[in-house]
Amino acid sequence: MTYLTKPKFHHPSLPKNALGYTRRDYEAATSTLCAGCGHDSISAAIIEASFELAIEPHRVAKISGIGCSSKTPTYFLGASHGFNSVHGRMPSVLTGANLANRDLIYLGISGDGDSASIGFGQFAHALRRGVNMTYIVENNGVYGLTKGQFSATADRGSKSKKGAVNTDNAIDLVAMALQLGATFVARSFSGDKTQLVPIIKAAIAHRGAAFIDVISPCIAFNNHPGSTKSLDYVRAHNEAVNALDIMIGRDAITVDYEPGKVVEVTQHDGSVLTLRKLNDDYDPSDRLAAMNFLQQEAARGRIVTGLLYVDGEADDLHRHFNTVAMPLNQLNEPELCPGSKALDKINAGLR
Amino acid sequence: MPLTAVNDFVIRFANVNGSGSASANEMFARAIMRMGIPMSPRNVFPSNIQGLPTWYEVRVTEANHLGARGGTDIMVAMNPQTYNADVASIEPDGYLVYDSTRAMPPGKPRTDINLIGIPLTAICNKEYSDPRQRQLFKNIICIGALSALLDMDITELEKLVGEQYRSKEKLIQPNIHALHLGRAYAEANFKCPIGLKLKRSDKVGDRILIEGNAAAALGAVYGGATVCAWYPITPSSSVAENFTKFCGKYRHDPATGEARYAIVQAEDEIASIGMVVGAAWNGARAFTATSGPGISLMQELFGFAYFAEIPSVIIDVQRAGPSTGMPTRTQQCDLINCAYASHGDTKHILLMPEDAAEAFEFTAGAFDYADRLQTPVFVLLDLDIGMNHRLSRPLQWDDARLYDRGKVMTAADLEAGKDFGRYTDVDGDAIPFRTYPGTHPTKGGYFTRGTSHDARAKYSEEGVDYVEGMQRLLRKHETAKGILPRPLRHDAGKPTRFGVIYYGSTAPAMHEAAEILTARGHTLDLMRVRAFPFHQDVASFIADHDFVFVVEQNRDAQLRSLIVNELDIDPVRLVPILHYDGTSITARFISAAIGDRLDALKVTPLRKAMS
Ligand SMILES: Cc1ncc(C[n+]2csc(CCOP(=O)(O)OP(=O)(O)O)c2C)c(N)n1
Ligand code: SF4
Ligand SMILES: [Mg+2]
Repeated sequence: MTYLTKPKFHHPSLPKNALGYTRRDYEAATSTLCAGCGHDSISAAIIEASFELAIEPHRVAKISGIGCSSKTPTYFLGASHGFNSVHGRMPSVLTGANLANRDLIYLGISGDGDSASIGFGQFAHALRRGVNMTYIVENNGVYGLTKGQFSATADRGSKSKKGAVNTDNAIDLVAMALQLGATFVARSFSGDKTQLVPIIKAAIAHRGAAFIDVISPCIAFNNHPGSTKSLDYVRAHNEAVNALDIMIGRDAITVDYEPGKVVEVTQHDGSVLTLRKLNDDYDPSDRLAAMNFLQQEAARGRIVTGLLYVDGEADDLHRHFNTVAMPLNQLNEPELCPGSKALDKINAGLR
Repeated sequence: MPLTAVNDFVIRFANVNGSGSASANEMFARAIMRMGIPMSPRNVFPSNIQGLPTWYEVRVTEANHLGARGGTDIMVAMNPQTYNADVASIEPDGYLVYDSTRAMPPGKPRTDINLIGIPLTAICNKEYSDPRQRQLFKNIICIGALSALLDMDITELEKLVGEQYRSKEKLIQPNIHALHLGRAYAEANFKCPIGLKLKRSDKVGDRILIEGNAAAALGAVYGGATVCAWYPITPSSSVAENFTKFCGKYRHDPATGEARYAIVQAEDEIASIGMVVGAAWNGARAFTATSGPGISLMQELFGFAYFAEIPSVIIDVQRAGPSTGMPTRTQQCDLINCAYASHGDTKHILLMPEDAAEAFEFTAGAFDYADRLQTPVFVLLDLDIGMNHRLSRPLQWDDARLYDRGKVMTAADLEAGKDFGRYTDVDGDAIPFRTYPGTHPTKGGYFTRGTSHDARAKYSEEGVDYVEGMQRLLRKHETAKGILPRPLRHDAGKPTRFGVIYYGSTAPAMHEAAEILTARGHTLDLMRVRAFPFHQDVASFIADHDFVFVVEQNRDAQLRSLIVNELDIDPVRLVPILHYDGTSITARFISAAIGDRLDALKVTPLRKAMS
């Protein structure tokens, strides 16, 4: 199987972003996923978010594990370096890459099998370390690539395509991320581009561990009645707590918001996240309340979406380590090698 | 007759872990070194025995035999729990130094050894009232007594005390006082020195005393490693711990105090190697340090890094396996597991340092080899080298040396129109160019994957593309043979049909064994293998001899298997000499094993003798 790249045809009237790039510049090879797969919508949202943010495509490193979801980095940001690693190990590979060069944008793409089962440990540890990244789980409740086995995010009582009922409890990655100290936690739905695109933009702008759980129906194996990750089910049970507008830099705020109905969070890079409240009681800066609310709503069978928690003052692993501003992969002999005089001294101390 | 020897004996301290004996013992060993007498200390520390016994052995060896000798000439038995076994292990006519304050533990007394009872507890209790002081000074009093018994220069001990407590001056005088308490008691009660004696010499030269793990960590600092990801495991933890220490000292920006390195204690070994591979893919020099169980866990990513051609450095401080094996005992048992690590057809670079100096050089070099060859490189240490202080030639660094970052295409290269195909062999050495992520806006981007790809990194399931890639990886190993440290050959100078191949920590015992065998009238050529894949010289060496003994510290003759497999050698010609009980291999063992076989071959066949 080889992929045909879409012809690079730049229509003069294609809209350009602040860097002069068109949407085409953020696209890549044509997807080979099933037609209608939720994952493709997420790829489209990543392309849109990157275009709107006007990031340089080649300054992104896209890293994934194994699964249909983890294949998607081939289908967006074609000019970026990509790393389709091994099953469940994206978080460690991304952590290492991030340590080597703090100046790139790190996009981690994973699936629910990849992150909630085989890679559960790495998922947890990358978040608790505060690696500066956007970590997206394309969550369909099944192992798509290996043809439809339940994953660990499948709800208890959910039915497989063949009729088996899942009797195991589900892992809620959002609840885990909150507990583990992720400084940006969101849930969205592949079918809701309006909600998803600004969330991805805000996550990329966030300095710290940003986690997005995107419910992404698997058309082939988990879109039937009885599944709690089907398009219809998610649409019917989606409960968005807020809608996000993101202002980059000193963009003038043009929308008039009804007072008391917005929350504003300024992130380190100056981006302003304006959250229009859909639920008056929801406060995205309160980690404990968020955890509580999620549990309550989950018990009622509701899927809470939106930007659920954000810490505008977040730190990342490099700040914890106090690493130099210059990326480690650019340091050379003068900065790294103590030289022969120092070694002579070490020798002298060992006699 | 009590044993007599000058600068040639083995003393062993049997202690209780955590009793403060370690620093006293080390001071004893160092004083011998300062007297110009070569010596070789070894720790023995079982990981899980009640009473927490530890042993510290010092081989005093004017003749520079730094390998383990086996046997104990003088035992300092301070652990009641192991007392009987310790006494039993003393060589006939050897010496037992024990605390005579209380009656000796019950057991069959030996009449063929010499007893030296010193009332250490009584001396201590009389002098000190604080229990912690009593414990600590007991060890020092004991060393003081030994200084008289063995004729050690007390000023060397006094100097060492001064150095040790430079920052806590209040402790210097009390320690020196304790030394003299012991010394005075020995002088007053025994004929000093006993038969075993130290005599000032000049055989140490400019050598240093260092642990292999510390030397490897320094190698990583000098070799330019900036990312270290690890998970604690004996006997490798001190590599990462030393790296942390040295980075703290040498790797901070003097102006800002910021760190020019990142060290992550990962959640497990899979994450450790994942971080190393991720960092190295992104152009940083990265390594992990682990031991056998960690190597087992890292397998999948080794295969990935091999196939996707990502440089990475793995320091494996080997210990006895399988499974948890004997976690605190030495072996050379991970060769096969590393050489062919991972599923599918794989083959990896191994480096096999013999001592601390080579641990430093090979570790620093490993980063060059990994970048040049774009593949994982394993530095195979073992517990014997890694966790023991050993006399070693001084570490050296040439300030003119530049890091070999290998074939990296830069933005300027790409801008100048250089063609980039990630897996294309442009130079005929089977090594392709790579780009670091983020290099150029429109050129040089590529996708790294563990699935099959063509020469331009495009996903491909075509058989020809896969085979071409796998063949190129083999050719890359041919290139490696010319780059890696060569095997060292030492011929006897007389024609012989017999050779010996050995590697790693076996070296000092092997050199000593060769002397013993020469004295027994046997002639042997030696070859020390230092890297895998094997250089052509290994095949030539075997071709030059009818039989080659392969000496190693594992059960299954792993190096021999690699030689048979990779060089297509008739196994009959490679005679395995195997030591794998967890103790360090000795010259006594090697010379007996090889000597007996050679003696047997020398016996003239019966028919020939009669005809
Ligand atoms: C070590 C290992 N075990 C098993 C597999 C087989 N495998 C491939 S993808 C996958 C599950 C993927 O599920 P998920 O992450 O949810 O991705 P999806 O396909 O649903 O997007 C499994 C088990 C593998 N590639 N590697
Ligand atoms: S199997 Fe499911 S997850 Fe995979 S591509 Fe098809 S629809 Fe998407
Ligand atoms: Mg899935």
